[in-house]
Amino acid sequence: MNIGHQDFYTQAILSMAALVGLTSFLMLGQGRLLRLIFVFALQGVLLTVTTALTAYSLDNHHLYISAVLTLVLKVMFIPWMLRRQVLLMNIHRDIEALKNNTIIMLGGASLMVFSYYVLHPIVQTSSTIMLNALAVSLSVVLLGMLLMISHRQAVAHVVGFMSIENGLFFAAIVATNGMPMVVELGIAFDVLVAAVLFGIFFFHIRTSIDSLDVDRLNRLHEVDK
Amino acid sequence: MIAVYFVLLIPFGGIVFFAFAGHKADTGKLNVRFNAICLLATIWLAINVLDQNTILSSGKAFLIDPFNVYLIVLTAFVGLTTSIFSAPYMAHEKDLGKLTDNRLKLYYSMYQGFMLAMYLVLTTNNMGVMWVAMEGATLATVLLVSLYRTPESIEAAWKYFILCGVGIAQALFGTILLYYAAVQVGGIENSLLWSVLYENANKLNPEILEIAFVFMLIGYGTKIGLVPLHNWLPDAHSEGPTPMSAVLSGLLLNDALYAVVRNKMLVDGASHSETAGHLMMGFGLLSFLVAVFFLHRQKDIKRLFSYSSIEHMGMMTFAFGIGSSLSTFAALLHMTVHSLTKSAIFVTVGHASQVAGTQSMSKIRGLIKTQPRIGWGLLIGTIAIAGFPPFGVFTSEFLVLLATMHSYPWLTPLLLLGIGIAFAGLFRHLQPMVYGDKPEGQLPIEANLWPVMIHLALVLWLGLAIPGFLANWFSQATILISGSAPL
Repeated sequence: MNIGHQDFYTQAILSMAALVGLTSFLMLGQGRLLRLIFVFALQGVLLTVTTALTAYSLDNHHLYISAVLTLVLKVMFIPWMLRRQVLLMNIHRDIEALKNNTIIMLGGASLMVFSYYVLHPIVQTSSTIMLNALAVSLSVVLLGMLLMISHRQAVAHVVGFMSIENGLFFAAIVATNGMPMVVELGIAFDVLVAAVLFGIFFFHIRTSIDSLDVDRLNRLHEVDK
Repeated sequence: MIAVYFVLLIPFGGIVFFAFAGHKADTGKLNVRFNAICLLATIWLAINVLDQNTILSSGKAFLIDPFNVYLIVLTAFVGLTTSIFSAPYMAHEKDLGKLTDNRLKLYYSMYQGFMLAMYLVLTTNNMGVMWVAMEGATLATVLLVSLYRTPESIEAAWKYFILCGVGIAQALFGTILLYYAAVQVGGIENSLLWSVLYENANKLNPEILEIAFVFMLIGYGTKIGLVPLHNWLPDAHSEGPTPMSAVLSGLLLNDALYAVVRNKMLVDGASHSETAGHLMMGFGLLSFLVAVFFLHRQKDIKRLFSYSSIEHMGMMTFAFGIGSSLSTFAALLHMTVHSLTKSAIFVTVGHASQVAGTQSMSKIRGLIKTQPRIGWGLLIGTIAIAGFPPFGVFTSEFLVLLATMHSYPWLTPLLLLGIGIAFAGLFRHLQPMVYGDKPEGQLPIEANLWPVMIHLALVLWLGLAIPGFLANWFSQATILISGSAPL
């Protein structure tokens, strides 16, 4: 694969994939909540650009709608809501000391390699470019999970959750030029409802344990302490 | 075909209606009515399917065939009987001061929302919409799990939300891969529709489909409650209001399994290898065996029966995984009888814990002396779920065993052992609760046990003789799924 020989659109998609992957790694190592939310919004911007680019190059109008939905939901609404919660809880100055930061970053890198390994059979039917794009989306999904495992703050969990959604969205755009419109609207609706529910949950968790530290949600377990 | 739109529009109307009027005194009864009309609509739909076998709506948005039609009727039926139980139950909880008007509105509105999501999962022909509806079911029920707003229930709901949300995201990745495989082939219109994919299954790339299936199994498997993705299930069942536990156990788990089986049919069509089946067998057997051991350790009555749900879902997944016609037939029957029995048990358990004022099994005693109907209901329900003849669960478990002996004889001892351990686990807890001495001052409560009796009578009926039309549906669904006729 010689990148210079590809058309403009393919090159752009490849660099977008790289940037989206990069933002996931940036989130993984981020201990400050406000910066985490900022990087998440940045990932949303990259997705919007990718979607708009695909819409432009394929002349596909419904993808413009998806782009606008992404912009509104993932660049504006969700980051705004999370930021508000963080400021309300007055935890924006806390720096979460991430345990084993090095190991987590190495784990993230190996997840990326793992994604390439899992999706390798795809090369048989399509280009290596598709493999790159899909593998990056899968690794964004897996890195989102790792983010949720390694952070303790509920806000970080929501960011992880939503970045998993971002990875899926990227896969849908790049691999299949977007899902059918009904499905995309459905997914956007689910994301919106999920975001609102998270807001409600923050309120409940705060009133019940007076913190958003999910390590303190530990009342239910199989074995008696 | 119009019946499908009724089935979907009635609960939608319910959501809107109860969101405004859900706190009135007679809401419980109205909820029953909504569900009753919906049941009628599903029966209408079922009669259509009896005539025409498979119905594809114009525009191919909805697909009704023998495989999903009986699940649709079952969903409506369990939804109705649970709503009959929930009316006095929720009124009682409100009298105890556990709920406010707003939460009742939320409860009734989301009850209908959950039903809508379930009907949509079952009726839709579009794999993407199926995913959206499945996620919608989580979103509808997550606030119901935390309805009581105790720290435990909020924790359970958070866990449910995060685990199911992340889990089901995997299923979306699988769906995208599936769509990608179809787009690759080219020349296929509407390539996210199940009926289209099924027709063209042999053209799809088997390797991509197998990767997709792994993601689907993990994703929807989280909702089925497959080990090791089951942690949310006992928490959500034990902390939410009991009618919710009944519908979660009776309906949600079934529908998630339905989604997995639909996908398995595509993968089988494409690959002709048994990878998908083996994966399902492995996860199913693991869930079954882990859950039967956990039954012994439980202290909370609702957790006990939620582990029993994991056990049974594991067995069904295993049976679908074997993939022979006999095991598929058994799994279809088991889906029906388990969902009827388990929702009946949860209804009884709800009453039992209201009698005793706690869900802790060490404090529930002497049910049969306090209120014989509840005691007997719990006893008979547990006998049925443990797989005693002549109840339907016995028939289906027996068929699963037969199919296992036929295809994988060396796995039969594991299944038998598991059933035995589950039996012991259930009865060592049940015995003192039903027969033990009655604590002082324990009084009977107002309880409507008709739903329980009807469910158990149906399970008994299915154990003695399966009615002709149902057997016919099961056979047709079996042919659809496994490719050959059972028995």
